[in-house]
Amino acid sequence: MRFLDEYRDYKAVQQMAKAIRRSTTRPWTLMEVCGGQTHTIVKTGLQELLPKEITLVHGPGCPVCVTPVDMIDRAVAIAQRSDVILCSFGDMLRVPGSAQSLFDAKASGADVRIVYSPLDALNLARSNPKREIVFFAVGFETTAPANAMAVWEAERENIANFSMLVSHVLVPPAMEAILSSPACRVQAFLAAGHVCMVMGFEEYVPISQKYGVPIVVTGFEPLDLLEGVQMTVAQLESGRAEVENQYARAVRRSGNRPAQERIADVFEVTRRAWRGIGEIPSSGLRLRDGYRRFDAEFRFSVDCIHAEESSECIAGLVLQGQRKPYECPAFGTRCTPDTPLGAPMVSSEGACAAYFHFGRRKENGDPILSTAAAGD
Amino acid sequence: MCLAVPGKIAAVLEDENLGLRRGKVDFCGIRKEVCLDYTPEARVGDYVLVHVGFALSVVDEQEAQRVFEALRELDQLDELQESTP
Amino acid sequence: MGILSCPLPQPVIDRIVLAHGGGGRLTNQLIESVFLSAFSNSALESRHDGAVLSANGAHLAMTTDTYVVQPLVFPGGTIGDLAVNGTVNDLAMCGARPLALSAGFVLEEGLPMETLRTIVASMREAARAAEVPIVTGDTKVVDKGKGDGLFLNTAGIGVVVAPKPVGPESVRPGDAVLVSGDLGAHGIAILSVRNGLEFEGAVRSDTAPLWPAVEALLEAGIEVHCLRDLTRGGLSSALNEIASVARLRITVEEALIPVSDVVRGACELLGLDPLYVANEGRFVAFVPGNEADHALEVLCSQPVATGVVRAGTVHEDSAGIVTLRSRIGGNRVLDMLSGEQLPRIC
Repeated sequence: MRFLDEYRDYKAVQQMAKAIRRSTTRPWTLMEVCGGQTHTIVKTGLQELLPKEITLVHGPGCPVCVTPVDMIDRAVAIAQRSDVILCSFGDMLRVPGSAQSLFDAKASGADVRIVYSPLDALNLARSNPKREIVFFAVGFETTAPANAMAVWEAERENIANFSMLVSHVLVPPAMEAILSSPACRVQAFLAAGHVCMVMGFEEYVPISQKYGVPIVVTGFEPLDLLEGVQMTVAQLESGRAEVENQYARAVRRSGNRPAQERIADVFEVTRRAWRGIGEIPSSGLRLRDGYRRFDAEFRFSVDCIHAEESSECIAGLVLQGQRKPYECPAFGTRCTPDTPLGAPMVSSEGACAAYFHFGRRKENGDPILSTAAAGD
Repeated sequence: MCLAVPGKIAAVLEDENLGLRRGKVDFCGIRKEVCLDYTPEARVGDYVLVHVGFALSVVDEQEAQRVFEALRELDQLDELQESTP
Repeated sequence: MGILSCPLPQPVIDRIVLAHGGGGRLTNQLIESVFLSAFSNSALESRHDGAVLSANGAHLAMTTDTYVVQPLVFPGGTIGDLAVNGTVNDLAMCGARPLALSAGFVLEEGLPMETLRTIVASMREAARAAEVPIVTGDTKVVDKGKGDGLFLNTAGIGVVVAPKPVGPESVRPGDAVLVSGDLGAHGIAILSVRNGLEFEGAVRSDTAPLWPAVEALLEAGIEVHCLRDLTRGGLSSALNEIASVARLRITVEEALIPVSDVVRGACELLGLDPLYVANEGRFVAFVPGNEADHALEVLCSQPVATGVVRAGTVHEDSAGIVTLRSRIGGNRVLDMLSGEQLPRIC
């Protein structure tokens, strides 16, 4: 596939890894923000190609993982209404709420359907006028243009039986929250390429300057990630702290203007609670007052169960990059994808699930697979 | 969210009634109808990055080549260094 | 920073969930904890596609399968030929020539007769192509709302012609892992007509009878250690099941695993991994390393296995896992899925 396969080429990847090894003289800790990037790293065994001086910590860029429990509970409660068809991306189905996931609700008879696009949910609303169609709108900025368009079209066509349960989160506030924590070990960021495809990367400049960290907008294929690391290391080794764009084939500095305009039409910034991290101000999106009738939180009043705190799950520390999943005492034993204690073990891109599926460790902590860096 | 896949625009469909711009995008023989409203500059034959049924960016083919040119130069440099005693 | 909040969700162990049918980890747990513990016997415990039994000196293989696929008709086939081919294949995977099939129908009230005729016609064609008669059957009708259109059970018996036992317990370190052809066509064909995930593209199910390919291997005198047809859960599930029963490690090379362009395109679009997508006309064969080349030669002249490749090797390692070397040279564990693989956007 063009513009994918070339970035998975063995020779190109090996060459880029060699270039990184050559230019690394000191230990560095980098964070890749996006769950999709984590997925690639662990799925391809990319860490093995990096010199041991480079530590990659996995960031909170997994909207599935950070969706607050009460939002899942709300979705489940709405789905259980007999007049509702609840539509969702596949990613959200297995995330545990306080008592059950959407998958559990579906097994109990709720009409929960997986869709590829919010426009598919809108089509369902058109073809099922007697049912209430609710779309579970979870995501970062990348998905906001699609969700905004669905609401905008619903409004234009006056579709009365469509609404959205919105749980959008924004990346830059999360990065700031991580950087401002006293326990922060992150020295540079690989920023989320597809988020920047929509929003551009101007908003990262003040963050880079304030905290003195390099931020490199990076793609998702192995060669992209390695090039992102290479550019980041070059900055770190020479004491620079700037915003650069590795993913220039897709990302422009000002991003996608029509998409930003539609988002601004439909949504406004609000505070949001991030599961495992807590509330971060101005870190989410909600529907504007003018679109309130499409907001499922107002259309359906549901009583939510409040989550109990667990001392065992360390999702918050994992999501902020302060612990690796295998440093959790419950990892792989009490906490597995079948019996998850928290969201990062369920989500296909959650750091804990990625480590469980792709890089199991033995009981004594030694990896089953060697992760020794290749020498020159 | 992250999964945006590159595909080639095979056809553009303008909906006169609603003024919405849709296209048929080809991913290795799979065709999907995609909303092109966010990439008004995109034309048939362009590659676009598609996320949940929406084209969000037109691939800059020149930029896409850049890393391979850089790697080719690195390769040539390596060969030079290895061949010098 | 806010308080860390991470609730303890209730694991669902008191009822059946859809994931129990996914072919992955939960399915295996169900089989072990409910069925094996109740019905224990050596044939069942070998956990192979069919059971091999002795009767009056002859070795017979017996298998059964139930089909609940939606939609009932899809590009490249129907539930009917899935059932016939699936049962024929389970027998073939035991090294047995299929002898006869039975077919049990559970029909939902309201199922159009036209649909039933289409399905039965496809069963007739599949049985004729596989040279296996459907000799007995049963029909029940359930109330509307209780049956998803049609549930189909097929059972089969065959005569074992393989000279030695064919199953996970015969796998040895050094064995070559052969994959008979490109992966994922069936699963993607189904998705292409499933509401909410439709797309256009020429993806047809790969459903096919595999006995002729197996027969060719046996007739060529190749020492076949194990065969497994790839169904739900894809290549990954089959290899994991075999590795765990054989208590050996299987390694595969991602770059060698064949996937057609259209299936790849669909998988990329939906965020699916082809190694977990269902197949219905593909199998893995474990043969001694030094017979791999001969086996490849024999198989690639069989219509159902023209795309056969050697994709991996068996190693001594009682961990019983499958590891994959990625296209870029890194390594990972190719894990069993917990439940069904769902499309993702993240």
